[in-house]
Amino acid sequence: MWRRPFLWLILAVSLAFVLVPYLTDDVQLREGLLLAAVYVILASSLNLMIGYAGYVNFGNIVFFGLGGYVCVFLVSEWHWPLVPSAILAGVAVSAVALLFGLGILRLRGAFFALATIGINEAVRQLVTNFEPWGGATGIYLSFDAYEPLGGPMQALWTSYFLVVGVMALSLLASFAIKRSKFGLGLIAIGQNEDAAATLGVPTPRYKALVYSASAFLPAVAGGIYFFKSGIIEPGAAFNLGLSIEAIVMVMLGGQGTVIGPAVGAFLYEELRGALLVAEAFSNFQLVIAGVLLLVIVLFVPGGLMGFVHRRWPKARSWLE
Amino acid sequence: MIAILASVLDGVLVGAVYGLAAMGLTLIWGVMNVINLAHGALTVFGMFALYFLASVLGLPPYSAVPIAIVAGFVCGVVLYWIAVHRIIGRPELMSLLATFAVNMVLIGVGTALWTTSPFNVPVTLPGFTWQGYTFTGTHIMAAVLAGVLAGLLYLFLHHTRVGKAIRAVAQNREAAELSGIPTKQILSMAFGLGVALAAVSGTLIATMFPFTMLSGEAYQLKSFVVTVLGGLGNPAGALLGGIALGLVEGLSTPFMPVSWIPILEFGLFVFCLMAFPRGIFALSKG
Amino acid sequence: MKSTTPFWAFSGIAVAAMLAGATPTLAEDTITIGFTASQTGKLNNDSTAQLRGFELWRDEVNAAGGIKAGGKQYKINFVTYDDESQNTRVQQLYTRIIVQDKAQFLFSPYSSGLVATAAIVSEQYGRVMLTTGGAEEKPHRLGNKNLFQMYSPASQYLAGALLALKEKNPQPKIAFVYEDDPFSKAVAQAVRDLAKKDGLTLSLEESYSGSTTDFGPIINKVRGANADALLGGGHYADGATMARQLHDQNAGLKWVTLLVAPDSPNFATLGDAAVGISVPSQWEPQVSFKPDFGPTAAEFTKRFSDKYKIEPGYHAAGGYAAGMILQHAIEQAGSIDQAKVADALNKIDVTTMFGRTKFSTDPKEHGLQIGHEMVLAQWQKKDGKLVKEVIWPKAAKTADILY
Repeated sequence: MWRRPFLWLILAVSLAFVLVPYLTDDVQLREGLLLAAVYVILASSLNLMIGYAGYVNFGNIVFFGLGGYVCVFLVSEWHWPLVPSAILAGVAVSAVALLFGLGILRLRGAFFALATIGINEAVRQLVTNFEPWGGATGIYLSFDAYEPLGGPMQALWTSYFLVVGVMALSLLASFAIKRSKFGLGLIAIGQNEDAAATLGVPTPRYKALVYSASAFLPAVAGGIYFFKSGIIEPGAAFNLGLSIEAIVMVMLGGQGTVIGPAVGAFLYEELRGALLVAEAFSNFQLVIAGVLLLVIVLFVPGGLMGFVHRRWPKARSWLE
Repeated sequence: MIAILASVLDGVLVGAVYGLAAMGLTLIWGVMNVINLAHGALTVFGMFALYFLASVLGLPPYSAVPIAIVAGFVCGVVLYWIAVHRIIGRPELMSLLATFAVNMVLIGVGTALWTTSPFNVPVTLPGFTWQGYTFTGTHIMAAVLAGVLAGLLYLFLHHTRVGKAIRAVAQNREAAELSGIPTKQILSMAFGLGVALAAVSGTLIATMFPFTMLSGEAYQLKSFVVTVLGGLGNPAGALLGGIALGLVEGLSTPFMPVSWIPILEFGLFVFCLMAFPRGIFALSKG
Repeated sequence: MKSTTPFWAFSGIAVAAMLAGATPTLAEDTITIGFTASQTGKLNNDSTAQLRGFELWRDEVNAAGGIKAGGKQYKINFVTYDDESQNTRVQQLYTRIIVQDKAQFLFSPYSSGLVATAAIVSEQYGRVMLTTGGAEEKPHRLGNKNLFQMYSPASQYLAGALLALKEKNPQPKIAFVYEDDPFSKAVAQAVRDLAKKDGLTLSLEESYSGSTTDFGPIINKVRGANADALLGGGHYADGATMARQLHDQNAGLKWVTLLVAPDSPNFATLGDAAVGISVPSQWEPQVSFKPDFGPTAAEFTKRFSDKYKIEPGYHAAGGYAAGMILQHAIEQAGSIDQAKVADALNKIDVTTMFGRTKFSTDPKEHGLQIGHEMVLAQWQKKDGKLVKEVIWPKAAKTADILY
């Protein structure tokens, strides 16, 4: 497997993410890359559902938010260290996802999409009413929560490296799944679920597994991200807008490919970030983003990778 | 006891308007399998229409209703040709994203023009008071108009050529095309109709409540719930679904902390999706 | 898949946008103040008012030659970005403001949730940040050293309203109906605790979701609880809707205090529904504080109205005051060194057109505003027109309480 050039690509990109800001000590770049990495994680995991299995998870952000809450709660109230908290957050949220999945994975198409929105909103309201998690106020991390990691400055760097690690994991996982029997089954489901079932693919089990799997890394990422932000509250944690942006990223880069969502996430983040700080556009950045999205959907639905694969078919082998 | 009855009645009145708001969404969805994520923003534009016609130009408030319908229809047709036309027949994800993009543009433009401050159109109609609980004339009027419009929609869909063509296209697009129906034009008109309904529901809402540029979100979410309750593509079901939702809100308020009600609503929503995919009021399509 | 032009077109736009974002180099002797403003999103309205306050202050100071400190004159330069009313990019933007744009001082984003996120960055770099538009106390209890709050904290918000209410009715039955968002909740619960301590009756306590569209059933519940007074609310849409429905449904309350919404001039469009509604405010144009320096409230109001053609509200006044306080601290410190300015800020106890400003130096709640008092304004009919009058505290009032 190590002979696959694509794996080296993932490694190279991750190394670049780690080394460039560190060696140049460019904190601002690091901040931008951290956001990009978080988006890559969200988009890659979402891609498992949308690109492989063909199920549009509109409310995918619920995993990110719940993971954030579990991790921040553990760090803030029970004074756990960051890494175990984040991992436990991932495990817990995946388990909950499995439960949700059992309920809603029987639905198809738009119904499934709507159900995921319903879940996101219901969870958000539940958390808003849940006092141990701060209710509507949320949880604020006091600055001494960063002491175990060496103070806020250090903690921000550590969080960054951790997120880059998770990003590499998400790309590797996406790749490994695609190449496995599991992945093959998923793609069959995505093409034609009934045919796949007839041909012996255990569709209910696979769907539940992928739904749960697509929750794990976003939950971990959420934990680290909200730890670094210092505050988590229901509105920010279960932000439907971000959920939809994740879908846009998957589309932009090319759903169903491994690197597509990552490229899409990176491009999208850079574009939005640039629009925000460019003096000329600031008032209309929402409008511009909307127009761009429309253009992509209407004219380039295969996304960037779709375009690349079509133009340079040989690249398919090393640009998955 | 009286408090409960009062809440129930109020819930039904407001629910009729929720139903009207959802009718546009369910129509578009049923006819062309497109979930219009710009629905909320279009509703808000209907609200602003009332503001401009009534507060700025000084016209009688309810005259905005037909104007909103016509303007909404025109906007809908235009939007169809710009954003929706090319994605008919493509996977649902595409239509979700295309309409979401339109939503972003509308909200962006709206915020640039009107910011997110609140606007209010003070419309008063004599209502009635019973046992100390008041039912405002505006709520009653809005509910009545919602019912009337729903009835008109039904008549349109069942007794006019265009309406029947829309239903034909909704049932089977290829067959309709083969029997000579100009499907593209029909689809654009159906979309226009859906937007017109969204806009006029906004106008009616604005006679009852103050609003901001961002008010559409809440109504859009409610419209999703109502659409699912009433059954996809089923406008009559939407009206009933809206009333049902209003009932749920009215009935549950006296008995539980109000902050739990959205949990109830979304729980109900997910439950209905799973248990009643064709909607609780699964009447025959149309 | 024929057309490739749109793709290259938008990557072209992307490149152009990134180039356009490059910051120009500045002349000597400027102080750069950085902050994010919510130009889009739900906080857009208030944030813009605050931004105008900042800008008015900057323009006046620059016209007068700049801030004088340590024998030099510094012109003020702003660096500001849109945070979209969301947390997501706040840290990235503030890092950019500090590291790339080299801002020496910071104003906070608008709203407490965003302040807390920004504070992690500002504290890291040891930059002084004046928080405006954030009344929540939590961000100040996290162990900061350089955060300074301009607004009265949330716990104070409705204290004045309670006192004014008790003037008219010593034993009111109060309903607390508030939005379940961090700010409204903090305010409502603080005043509820105050009321409990006074032994007053709590008829009802309900928190509603921000997406509530119809308050009819809730109002019926309030009626059923036989309340005399209602304290609560949240932000614009819900506050305005509640006020209107309270009126339309003849809810029979004698006293209604709502947060935020009634403070907007647009609230007058509610007509009769607005009469009698009171709102706690950080500042009103009619207040009559005698400032130690800077313009009086009336002068500020005139300058602001002349420039922006609308009356300033407390967001604008808060922004302007933040600028004045920072300026004063720099002048007192005689330098733009962070530590010296922070020190000067810690020592401040002055009165401006905004009221008294004094920051807490207790490390457990550093920077909390302890000098400023809220005023209570009420909509009343004067000569047939709706105006907002200040009814509390007695020292600053312009009209009597309407009960």
